[in-house]
Amino acid sequence: MSAFHPHLLDRRLGLARGVVWVVVGILILSFFRVQILGHGKYQLQSETNRLRPIPLPAPRGVIYDRNGRVLAENVPGYTVSLLPAPEANLRSTLARIASIANIDSAGIERALQRARRAPYQPALVLGDAPFTVVSALEERRVAIPGLLIQAEPKRFYPDTAVVAHLIGYVGEVTEAERASSRFAAVRLGGLVGKYGLELEYDDTLRGSEGLRFVEVSAKGQMVRDAEAAANLNPVPGKDLHTTIDLDLQRFISRIFPGGKRGAVIALNPNTGEVLALYSAPGFDPNAFVGGISAPYWRSLNESAAHPLLDRAIQARYPPGSTWKLAVAAMALKRGIVGPRSKMPIPCRGGLQYGNRYFRCWDARGHGALTLTEAIAQSCDVYFYQLGIKLGVSSLLEDANAWGFRGRTGIDLPGELPSEFPTGPEYYDRIYGPRRWTSAVALNLAIGQGENAQTLVQMVRLYQQLASDGNMRTPFVVRPAAGGAASAEHVSLDLSAEQLATLRRAMIAVVEQGTARGSRLASLSIAGKTGTAQNPHGPNHGWFIGFAPPDKPEIVVGAIVEFAREGPYVAPLVSRTIAHYLGIDDRSAAAMRVVLPSDSAPQPFQLPGTPQDTLPATPADSVLPRPPTR
Amino acid sequence: MFSRVRQLDKALVVSVSALALFGLATLYSAGQTDVPTFVATIWERQVTWLVLSFVVAVLTFRTSPRMLEWATPFAYAIACFLLFLLLFIGTGAGTAAGTKSWIAIGGHRFGQPAELAKLAVVLMLARWLAGLREPPATLRDLIPPAVIAGLPCLLVLKQPDLGSAIVFVAILFCMLFWAGTKPSLLILASSPVIGLVLAFSTVAWGLWIAVLTVLLFWWRPYVWEGLAVMGLNVLGGVLALPFWNRLAPYQQNRLLAFLNPDVDPRAAGWHVIQSRVAVGSGGLLGKGFTEGTQKRLAFLPAQHTDFIFSVVGEELGFVGVLVALSLFAWLLFTLLRIARKATDPFSSLCVFGVASLFFTHIVENVGMTINLMPITGIPLPFFSYGGSFLLACSIGVGIALRVAWEARQSGYAELGQ
Repeated sequence: MSAFHPHLLDRRLGLARGVVWVVVGILILSFFRVQILGHGKYQLQSETNRLRPIPLPAPRGVIYDRNGRVLAENVPGYTVSLLPAPEANLRSTLARIASIANIDSAGIERALQRARRAPYQPALVLGDAPFTVVSALEERRVAIPGLLIQAEPKRFYPDTAVVAHLIGYVGEVTEAERASSRFAAVRLGGLVGKYGLELEYDDTLRGSEGLRFVEVSAKGQMVRDAEAAANLNPVPGKDLHTTIDLDLQRFISRIFPGGKRGAVIALNPNTGEVLALYSAPGFDPNAFVGGISAPYWRSLNESAAHPLLDRAIQARYPPGSTWKLAVAAMALKRGIVGPRSKMPIPCRGGLQYGNRYFRCWDARGHGALTLTEAIAQSCDVYFYQLGIKLGVSSLLEDANAWGFRGRTGIDLPGELPSEFPTGPEYYDRIYGPRRWTSAVALNLAIGQGENAQTLVQMVRLYQQLASDGNMRTPFVVRPAAGGAASAEHVSLDLSAEQLATLRRAMIAVVEQGTARGSRLASLSIAGKTGTAQNPHGPNHGWFIGFAPPDKPEIVVGAIVEFAREGPYVAPLVSRTIAHYLGIDDRSAAAMRVVLPSDSAPQPFQLPGTPQDTLPATPADSVLPRPPTR
Repeated sequence: MFSRVRQLDKALVVSVSALALFGLATLYSAGQTDVPTFVATIWERQVTWLVLSFVVAVLTFRTSPRMLEWATPFAYAIACFLLFLLLFIGTGAGTAAGTKSWIAIGGHRFGQPAELAKLAVVLMLARWLAGLREPPATLRDLIPPAVIAGLPCLLVLKQPDLGSAIVFVAILFCMLFWAGTKPSLLILASSPVIGLVLAFSTVAWGLWIAVLTVLLFWWRPYVWEGLAVMGLNVLGGVLALPFWNRLAPYQQNRLLAFLNPDVDPRAAGWHVIQSRVAVGSGGLLGKGFTEGTQKRLAFLPAQHTDFIFSVVGEELGFVGVLVALSLFAWLLFTLLRIARKATDPFSSLCVFGVASLFFTHIVENVGMTINLMPITGIPLPFFSYGGSFLLACSIGVGIALRVAWEARQSGYAELGQ
């Protein structure tokens, strides 16, 4: 018998009808229970529903330095908003309070735009109202329908520009940010981190908003706080404990040459803890609280000094002579040289290679040098020959293995990856196969050529030299247990003895070489200067040093734009180190740099790097010019 | 042409027209809030959709069931392809901004393929089940139809859209039943899901396993079937916790809020509480058309889509709810009658599938406004704003009208009356 025989269909139809009857019956009974039996209860709830939920912002977590001093905190502030109402009413109300609250027509439009975007939320008029405005508005409260003045925690950065790049700032969430899953839970108008640690650890710091219920009259005017409805208290964000030494950070900002652009990073070489990270010029992060004023924002954006740029992680420079330690480490690792090895050709102020003459920075020549002496004197001719011995492919291989192409992974947002050729095929692509010679090795060996490093990247190299050779990702907030273990293990692969050799050579730099200005009576520092070519003006100066040389506790790297030469930067670093180690730094303050220049031959232009911080095409190139560019 | 109009199934035409008008009026009211938003004029757009749906229903009515049967595999394939595509290009909207249920071309949201896929599954299942010589008798016989419904179900689940996925499962079971599958087999097939749900209480789960054991001895399926069912139930109990952890947080919250709305009064529970307050404060006669205070102050979430029935409850009261539910019940009984009198199994199964689609949507959507059902966000037929689902509904109605007309032409209908 077919399954669709009328008798069988009738039986199923009966069952189906029964199910529909029962289900509809249950629904009707349930509605009866809610609407008839529960009417009184829900009627009451509906009437008390003249309550308006108003978001209560959660205080963001406090950011501390390593000694428990405050880097970012919350202070009481006031916001002025208007409760939801038809746009025409809002407009007239805004026009009425414009003169009291000092808002211009653009401010009125902004408030109305907020009301349109989130029609059932109070529209923010003033994000950070001064007390005089608040009291003036409070006096006229009766005449201002829907006025809502809330005491809200306000972000405050006690040290302003000193920690600006590191801590960052907060701002109102944008539509684009809310579209990402990270900020999807933030309501329109909510505050989120925009830069620095505030952005990186926003999830930790943010907390979750509460709700407060206010009773509104029929006209939408706030009557009073509702007592019946339980307010939902905001959950404060979690505090953040950083590894920063605020005292050191302040010291650096104080001794940083005024009006100069540049950056300083201080690390603990044995852990990777960032002790200080300073970039100049700075900006005032407090100006962003409650909405930044248009003129200040314009001045920040249009300034030629780009104050918002964190020069410690977001600017690339040719590493110059600071790179020579990387080349020396490669040569030692590969067993090409020893500490006392000399090169076949002594320095007489330059080196003829092929049909080109490569100059040393010192035209008088250094004579025959050992590796240690060559590092101390920063002799270019020695490193040209070392580069030839290493060969282009070894240079590229080691530099890539040690992470000189890419980011260090420091826990700050917006780190720029360092640039370095991936391998010989890079030159094939740029110049064409066989159109380039191993002369590129000469350039690469002295930190010129296609090489642009961020300060943090170079400091990480010296962190390895100053510790056991193991790479440690720099961090500002100690990663949760187990989080850091996943990072791949990279090491310079140098023996303790080889590391000691390099350190000794770097002490020599300070004691007799190009950084003599940084020597202190009671402290010896190991370090290396560098000069980055800059076609737009004076060269940029590098110095990266650490101390004490036998058992380093701190690595400090600095770059100062237009500093002319690396040695000029050395006192900045040595005083920082001295301050950290608790040694009187006044003797260093009195020192002046009386050193010969440490500049390298004309460099090459890097494709696709910012003109501001990098050299342009040189006049007399040391390499065959690419056929087409 | 006009002779045909007179031969249409009057009950179906009247009930659907009444529901569409009722729905449009409610949608208009949903837009009347103290602070006007885009919802205020949304009913005008819904009129356009209604006109379009009318045209589509007429076109469907003019398509013979044979033609429909021929086109079914293509419709099914296209639907699955679109759902697959959505996983890569889908975008979110409104309250479900995180999901990928919308197809958008050039930033303009175009439609929700999942709604039309439900209809495609109804047709495909009808085609498969109508082609069987005997109704499915063993669990193995259930595998092909389960795959037909399961593929789009999984794709929809991936978006993730739990509500629509549940609709696919409901349609599958309803249509298997109409095709003549023994209810005992359906219970066995669905037992792992029941086991999974009950696993949250050890006592309930233990009782269920005991009941299942008794049932297995009573119904005597094949040995391997019995073992498979038992194994799956035990597995369900074991896997319940990992499965729970796999759910998106908003899904967990909605299920938890269903069990106890006060657990999270801010997010998921807020919807239920506000909706129940709206419905309850409506009382017997309601607050009057467009006068609902909960609605006016926009305490109701998604009052033009998911929670539109709360507007009916608040403004028209228990009487309005009774009228709406009666209209829905009338529509369902009419569809059942047409399915019974259809001339061939394919037509019959199609109409029953459409009825089960409506039934699931109505029960789920209406039920969640008073916390009888967890919040899943599936639309209410003819009420909720939205073009894709309205089109799917009108196609379903068009099919039913045609099937009723064919039955009448063959003289079958008169026999019953």
